[in-house]
Amino acid sequence: MSLYSIFNVAGSGMAAQSLRLNTVASNLANAESVSGTPEGAYRAREPLFAAVQSQQAGGGSADASQGVQVLGVTESQAAIPQRYEPGNPLANADGYVYASNVNPVDELVNMISASRAYQNNVEVMNSAKQLMLKTLTLGQ
Amino acid sequence: MSPIPQNLFGIHTQALDLWQRRADVLANNLANADTPGYLARDIDFRKALSAAGGSGDGSLPLQAPTAGQIGNGPNAGPGQAALEYRVPTQPSMDGNTVDAQVEQSDFAANTVHYQASLSFITAQIHMLRTAITGGQS
Repeated sequence: MSLYSIFNVAGSGMAAQSLRLNTVASNLANAESVSGTPEGAYRAREPLFAAVQSQQAGGGSADASQGVQVLGVTESQAAIPQRYEPGNPLANADGYVYASNVNPVDELVNMISASRAYQNNVEVMNSAKQLMLKTLTLGQ
Repeated sequence: MSPIPQNLFGIHTQALDLWQRRADVLANNLANADTPGYLARDIDFRKALSAAGGSGDGSLPLQAPTAGQIGNGPNAGPGQAALEYRVPTQPSMDGNTVDAQVEQSDFAANTVHYQASLSFITAQIHMLRTAITGGQS
């Protein structure tokens, strides 16, 4: 029964979006982190989404996907900014520290987008639940 | 005395099947609203229902999709309704064609239609019950 699979689909969407919110929180928390080496600097993280293709062969190639999955978390390749802070205990021999490449504006936009998408999935799940309950009381 | 017809609920069982499937497809679109390269899908309800209903007078023909199969009526048509790709109203850089507002409104309309089909079936059951009890109770 396909109404049941809506729970799986919406659930996968909610899981993916909450992971996205998680990376946003991590990025914002580390926006001001510094490091003594360019390799140690924090790089902004972003999850990579992909559609889950259905395993059922019933509908052939025209079958719908079955939700969304997170393939992995990628790190931003943007340039690491370096600042001259000789007084910083983390500074290297030349007095430079390496900050994170997090863009707070990007992260805030990501956060709003993720929370809206999460709400969408919650509404879908609520609607499916109501439909199932109505179907259960069919004929009364 | 006439027997209870085979298709007591008419086209509505088929329609219910189709609305369910469409809700599934739309839920998928919403779940993949941020997936790069995902193409939004939808079911052409009119086409699918006319494929299930045949002549359009409410009668349901038996279907036999594979050779040698005896037609099995209820689930042959709408279960295999062809999915089509939605035409995007505005392009996006990552190749995603999901428009969350369109999907939301379609899902809401789909929910109402599903409940309408449920109401029709409920009314049919009430009618039958009235006939059985003779209007008492």
